[in-house]
Amino acid sequence: MIMLETENLSKNFLLHLQGGVRIDVLRGVDFSVQAGECVALTGPSGAGKTTLLRSLYGNYRAGGGAIRVRHEGAMVDIVTASPRLVVEVRDRTLGYVSQFLRVVPRVSALDIVADAARGVSTQQAHEMAAALLARLNIPARLHGLPPATFSGGEQQRINLARGFIGSHPILLLDEPTASLDNANRDIVIEMILEAKAAGKAVVGIFHDTFVRDAVANRIFNVLPLQDAA
Amino acid sequence: MNDDTLLSARGLNLRFGAVTALDQVDCDLWPGEVLAIVGESGSGKTTLLNVLSGRMAPQSGVVWYRDPNGHLVDVHAMPAPALRALHRSDWGFVHQNPRDNLRMGVTAGGNVGERLMAQGSRHYGNIRAEAIAWLEQVEIDADRVDHLPRTFSGGMLQRLQIARTLVTHPRLVFMDEPTGGLDVSVQARLLDLIRSLVRRLGIAVVLVTHDLAVARLLAHRVMVMQRGVVVESGLTDQVLDDPQHPYTQLLVSSVLSA
Ligand SMILES: Nc1ncnc2c1ncn2[C@@H]1O[C@H](COP(=O)(O)OP(=O)(O)OP(=O)(O)O)[C@@H](O)[C@H]1O
Ligand SMILES: Nc1ncnc2c1ncn2[C@@H]1O[C@H](COP(=O)(O)OP(=O)(O)OP(=O)(O)O)[C@@H](O)[C@H]1O
Ligand SMILES: [Mg+2]
Ligand SMILES: [Mg+2]
Repeated sequence: MIMLETENLSKNFLLHLQGGVRIDVLRGVDFSVQAGECVALTGPSGAGKTTLLRSLYGNYRAGGGAIRVRHEGAMVDIVTASPRLVVEVRDRTLGYVSQFLRVVPRVSALDIVADAARGVSTQQAHEMAAALLARLNIPARLHGLPPATFSGGEQQRINLARGFIGSHPILLLDEPTASLDNANRDIVIEMILEAKAAGKAVVGIFHDTFVRDAVANRIFNVLPLQDAA
Repeated sequence: MNDDTLLSARGLNLRFGAVTALDQVDCDLWPGEVLAIVGESGSGKTTLLNVLSGRMAPQSGVVWYRDPNGHLVDVHAMPAPALRALHRSDWGFVHQNPRDNLRMGVTAGGNVGERLMAQGSRHYGNIRAEAIAWLEQVEIDADRVDHLPRTFSGGMLQRLQIARTLVTHPRLVFMDEPTGGLDVSVQARLLDLIRSLVRRLGIAVVLVTHDLAVARLLAHRVMVMQRGVVVESGLTDQVLDDPQHPYTQLLVSSVLSA
């Protein structure tokens, strides 16, 4: 079952402050991912992998084409959906783990993660968050602290816990293991495999070929536009 | 307007002499949604907030509000007493300067309890208990309940104003630069407080701020204003990470990290 697909997706950036320079990044992208499948986006640096992933999430505004997401049984086009509908789709269907955690002042790691839980009581959310953080080897003494002072790897694991706790049907991952040691990397691999086994659709960027080989069913190569065609 | 919008404005115009403060502004807000209005000084943000909340009349255009019974009311055609009643209960207004809202000669507890009384509560013991509960929610010690606001710091005054505003459980709160004029650590605490209260109580908020990081933290959607015109609007993270309009690109590029 197709969970997410793009059709003739394009994206460019028009940089008004740089004299109106136009950067064409994506053109004619047709891409899809099934339930239970993980597709890895590959391609050289600057090709547009992150741009594609962010467009799928509605974080970047697509220039043209369609991005259809299976949301509560119906296909929703992220490109034309109202902002309010995109908020709803993100809430219930589309999870996203960015490369870096955006820290919120004063909010503890545990609350950041628990906040992202869906459809459970506050107490359950906290229990789930604590369990996920523990699984990702975040020591209990850090759970109550705001992650601003955490190491890069610790912050990334908070971010991962936040992305996984909602168990969204579709998960978008941008370099989820980039700053992790091997032990933690292996835990993330396990979590991705479990998500697939549970029928989630995963789209990810994994520079680490070990991770990619372990989790991806397929590769989708994003070509730099000048080399395409 | 859409079936379930809480507040909708269409075609708002307002000029002050040669200055166009609002130029054909449309705006929609849904229950529980936080909408940020951003833009540089003088772009018309406060004017828009005042017009949306009925405090200032537009020269043309209309503002609709859906009352708790589901009826649409034209905010600028309402009789003044009805508008005042709305401001006393269903709506709240958080001013940049808390002194514009608080009564400085009345105790902290009195400031909070007064809104309840204005709404019709009469039982003194309940009012005091509720006032104390709200002071605690905004992290003001219960033993300050009988102190006058002038003995409070700027950050405490702002939190007191928030308690006074939220005690009536409004469905819609207008906020004008709620963290302006506070130093950074106090701002962070206040923002966190606003964020958690608004989420937990499901309040709809129209928030004016010139600080894009505040919009990022609190708002679902943003509207960008320039010289009275809404030049761009959309999902907060989309507008901030992939701004389309030259003016929004300028705003975003002029801050280090929002
Ligand atoms: N917000 C933005 N504004 C302007 N240009 C952007 C923006 N985001 C990406 N780009 C441009 O789009 C192109 C693709 O960038 P992108 O980050 O998608 O590459 P990538 O394939 O993820 O590369 P990497 O492997 O280095 O992470 C680059 O030329 C980049 O400069
Ligand atoms: N009562 C008034 N009489 C005359 N001009 C006014 C009045 N109120 C606002 N203006 C003008 O309308 C324009 C918009 O003002 P407004 O207060 O809405 O700006 P703002 O975006 O809130 O700015 P700031 O960020 O500085 O608070 C300004 O040029 C202002 O001088
Ligand atoms: Mg990238
Ligand atoms: Mg103002």
